[in-house]
Order: sequence, then C-alpha cells, then structure tokens
Amino acid sequence: MAMKTYIQAIAEATVEEMERDETVFTMGEDLRQSVYGATAGLVDRFGEDRVIDTPLSENGFFGAALGASLCGMRPIVETVTSFLWVGMDQLISQASKMRYMFGGQAELPVTFRIRMFYARGAAAHHSDRNYPIFMNTPGLKIICPTNAYDAKGLMKTAVRDNDVCMLFEDGIAISSRAEVPDNEDLPGGELLVPFGVANTVRAGSDVTVVGIAGGVQHALDAAKVLEAEGVSLEVIDPRTLVPLDIETILNSVERTGRLVVVDPAHKMCSAASQIAASVAQEGFWSLQAPIQVVASEQVNVPYSPALEPLIYPTPEKVVAAVRTVLD
Amino acid sequence: MELDRQQLEEMYRRMCRIRYFEEAVIKIHSSGELIGPAHPYIGEEAVAVGVCAALRDDDRIAGNHRSHGHPIAKGGDVKRAMAEILGKVDGFCKGKGGSMHLADFSIGILGESGIVASSVPIATGAALASKLGKKDFISVVFFGDGASNQGACHESMNMAALWDLPVIFVCENNGYAITTSYRNSVSVDHVSDRASAYGMPGVLVDGQDAIAVWEATNEAVVRARAGEGPTLIEAMTYRFEEHSLGLDRIVKSQYRTQEEVDEAKMRDPLDIHRAAIISHGFTTDAECDEIEATVKSEIDEAVEFARNSPFPEPGDLYDDMWATPV
Repeated sequence: MAMKTYIQAIAEATVEEMERDETVFTMGEDLRQSVYGATAGLVDRFGEDRVIDTPLSENGFFGAALGASLCGMRPIVETVTSFLWVGMDQLISQASKMRYMFGGQAELPVTFRIRMFYARGAAAHHSDRNYPIFMNTPGLKIICPTNAYDAKGLMKTAVRDNDVCMLFEDGIAISSRAEVPDNEDLPGGELLVPFGVANTVRAGSDVTVVGIAGGVQHALDAAKVLEAEGVSLEVIDPRTLVPLDIETILNSVERTGRLVVVDPAHKMCSAASQIAASVAQEGFWSLQAPIQVVASEQVNVPYSPALEPLIYPTPEKVVAAVRTVLD
Repeated sequence: MELDRQQLEEMYRRMCRIRYFEEAVIKIHSSGELIGPAHPYIGEEAVAVGVCAALRDDDRIAGNHRSHGHPIAKGGDVKRAMAEILGKVDGFCKGKGGSMHLADFSIGILGESGIVASSVPIATGAALASKLGKKDFISVVFFGDGASNQGACHESMNMAALWDLPVIFVCENNGYAITTSYRNSVSVDHVSDRASAYGMPGVLVDGQDAIAVWEATNEAVVRARAGEGPTLIEAMTYRFEEHSLGLDRIVKSQYRTQEEVDEAKMRDPLDIHRAAIISHGFTTDAECDEIEATVKSEIDEAVEFARNSPFPEPGDLYDDMWATPV
C-alpha cells in the first residue's frame, strides 16, 4: 500500500484502462506536455494515435469523442470546468440526449475528466464549479472524487461505463494524498469503486454533514474542531451526484436528526440544494432543526485576494452551520 | 466505377420513396395526426440518394432537422420511420425521437439532429473511430448552408483535415436558413470555397442531378477509404416546400419570390434522374411507372403500419436512459 496523490491516482487509472482495453484512448489539449499533470509519458507509452493533442475546439472534439464512442471506441477527454461552456452544445444537445432520443440505440462510453480549479486567484473565467448544471440535465453521470483512492476507483469504473461520465477533479482535493492499494493486494486484482454508493468518511452521532467535492475536507476539518467541544459529526461523501445515494444520507439523518450540506458550487440550484430538498421531502420527520447549506455565495468569483476567499465554504462556515442546527 | 442498371433504378426507387413519404407526411400533418414539427425534403432528394448510393451499409451517416430523406436514402425502413414520426413504439426510436431524430444504428444511421451543425462533430468522431480502430468504414454528414456558419462545422473540418479522417462533409445548399438567404450569411460565393482554407478538396455539384452527386461522392469515398482525408461537397439544391410544415402560417413576408420557386421546380430531381436513365437506355417509361406504383403502395402500407402501431406505455418513460443501469 502506497500513499499517492490524487493526480497520480488518475494517471494510474488512465494507464491501466488503456493497457486493458485498446479501444480506450485519451484526447484533450496539451496532453503531451501534461499541462494538467495526469498525462505525463502517455504518448511515449501508447503512441500519438491513442493520446491525441487536440486543437482548441472543445465543441468539435467533445462531439468527436461522442461520435467515436458510437463506433466502438472509449474516449477519455481531458478538459477544465470553464471550457465546458465552449462545448456545451455537444454536452447538452448530444451527449446527454442521444441515447434516450434514439430509443436506446446509442451507447456513449465517454469519460470527461474535468479539472475544477478555484480559490487560487484565477478570477471568474477560471474558477467554475459547474457540476450542478449537469445534474439538471438528464442523461449524464456526475462523479466527484474527493481523494486519491476514490479518484482511481471511480475513474476506472467510469471508463468501463457505457454512458457519458463527467468526472470533476476538485482543485482542493487534487493536491491531497491517500493510501491507494497496489493491485496485487486487491481481491479482484484492481481498484473499482461503484457509482451510487456514498462513503461515510467519518462516523458520528450529533450532526450529519454531507460534503460535495472539496466540501468533504472542510467538513472533516470542522469535525476536528467540534470534537474538542464534544460534538460528533458524521461526514458523508456521496462520491457520485448522478446517481446519488440518498439512502445513506437519509439513514444518517434518521439517527442524527440534523443536516448540514457543504458544496463549493454556487448555492442556487446547487448539489446541496438538491440534497436538502430530498431530505426535506423524504426525511422531514427525522429532522430536529432546519437543514443548513454551506455553499458558494451567489456572486461571480472576484479576483482580489481580499474578496475571493469570502465566497467559498470554509471549515469555519461549516462549524457555524453546525452550531445553528444544534441551537 | 460506373453505376449499373440495378443501381440507377434503385436510386430512382429511393428518390420516389422519399418524395411519396414526404407527401404522406404533409397529408398526415394537415389532418392533425402529426403534432410535432417536420421539415420536408421534397426537391432535395437527389442529394441524399446520390450520396448514399456511393456508400456501404457499414458506412455511417448523420444528418439534420430536414431529417427524413437521409435515412430513407441510406436504406431505412419507411414503416419504422413513419411510426417514429407518429410517436409510436414501432418507430426507429420507440417514439422517443420523432421526426428530427430518426436513427437506425444497424445500417449506419447515427441519427438526425434538431440542432443545426451539431451532427458535424459526431460524424467527424465516427471517422476518427474508423481511423483509430483501423477499420475501413467512412462517415458522411449532411448539413445546410446555414449550418456551414456554425463553429462546430469549422472546428470539425479543421480536425478532419488535420488528422486525415475518412469523413465527407455534404453541404446541402438549398439557399435559405429558414428565411435567411445564404447570400446574406455566407461570406464567400460558395461554401465549398472554404475547403481550401482547411486543406481539403471542395467540390461544387448540381444537387438536382443524382448521378452527378454520386460521381462527386464516389470520388470522395475513394479518397477517404484510401486514408487521404476528408472532402467538402456542396450540392446546390432547393426545397420545394416551406422550411417546416405549417410555417407558411407564420412567415408573413415573402423571402423568396414565386418566380424563383417555380423556376426551381422546373428542375425536379426525380424528373431529371428518370429522364437520364431512360435516355441512356438503362430503363423504360413503363419500368419507371412500375417503380412509382410499387413505392406508392409501400408508403400507403407504411402509413397504415404507423397508424396501427401502439403508442408507448407510460411505464416506458424511463426506459432507454442508461446503457449501464444506475
């Protein structure tokens, strides 16, 4: 068992899947130079045909990945949250709809690996946390790994899945390290994490805190602070937003009676607001206090270091929300 | 390669099939049975038929909102096409796609699309799969003069030429993007002039002449299959009907003159093909009449089949969402 970074885990998953299945290939911008860190050495290993540096044409190459997937290939597309906007027509009009619209004829085994940078002075055009937009679009699977173990296991599952998978790589989580087992130490010889199964990262009894993407770390940091005061947080990481394991969350709230949801996305129509709505609808009688949401302010991301940190969830905001539900 | 008698007759059969199919759709629309939009291909039959005559079953096509001609030209079943348009379970897409989303993957029809130019990257990707998988199928995308101005089109052509992909871009230039003349929206004389900017051949062809379209396509197919890359074909054509059924009730100003429409109709692609194959001695008037009669009854049967096919059940609503169940 070795400690690995999130990016190492993604790179390992990519190599393993490309070795296992020759229909898997990778395309995106600046892959050869590994500008986003996860594609170093891939061209040397697999050749230019299977590691394609694309022109700056997101709508074009997102669509080309979809078209290739309809004809037996399994593309992995690397991109960045803010560039999804440039390729939205293909993502919304084609990726999400083709299968249903064609009565189930289409299989679209495409994995979009989407780097999600924020909280680093990149201003409004490079700080998008836009997964909720795609939750609102039927037909896309939304994956938010928060540690190296899940990054590898969920990525491998995504590549094998026959639907369009959007895997959001949280900028806070990508520098983290976690123990990732070696394949020979695993029962099936490889690490696969199923979709739709939440992970209870920390067991607790007083308040349920659901963390989305980088929100999990804030929840864990808050849990440490509150532990000293004798408050026990249960921290749940849904890992995938579509499909969403609402059962694990409802079961936890049934025991704690209190819910805080931490989500780096803007708060309006966020993943957090969907989870809060589901718990309000299905778990209302378990609740002993109103649900609290800690999400990004409903304002564009400002550049100045004096302003930007104000908008995102922080451990302090989570602690305050927990105090509110315990009040 | 030359076309033989059987192929030329089959081309005529498919052109008739599209024409009578569309006439039936218009009739059904006016009776109120068809509730969604539909965009008749009448007048443009020689393009889809000329192109598809140069293709194999495993070659892929993708199309646009003017969506009935391409699948029928590729060999799609008119019964299932009609059932789809009426939203019935026996349709190509079990009633979930409708007129603008006809698709039959079993014969390479990767789907028509309601968003202008959105199929162009899809067909480009199909060609990428052929190249990466070391297969020899090619792909074709049909799009209009309006779509030629979309970024998706430019991005795809650049990638296809850059990577020598076996894709043929077929621009059906019918002169108008709904009501906007291509003269008012395309910066050059011809869409095919743009091909040189991407480094691929651009071919301008008479889109009312199915044999001319076949010749241009066949050359592009040979090129594509030999790994020499894409071709842009611009077929000059004309839609004889309004942009979509019922639009004449909305479009008040006359964006094309009656003289222009009448003149275009003088060059009916069915008449041109029929005259060509008879004058070259491939077939006779009587044989052409027989083809027409056979196709007419085929379309009658398709309408009957579609009407008798059941609607989907409410329980079918969530089917076909996922290939890997959640």
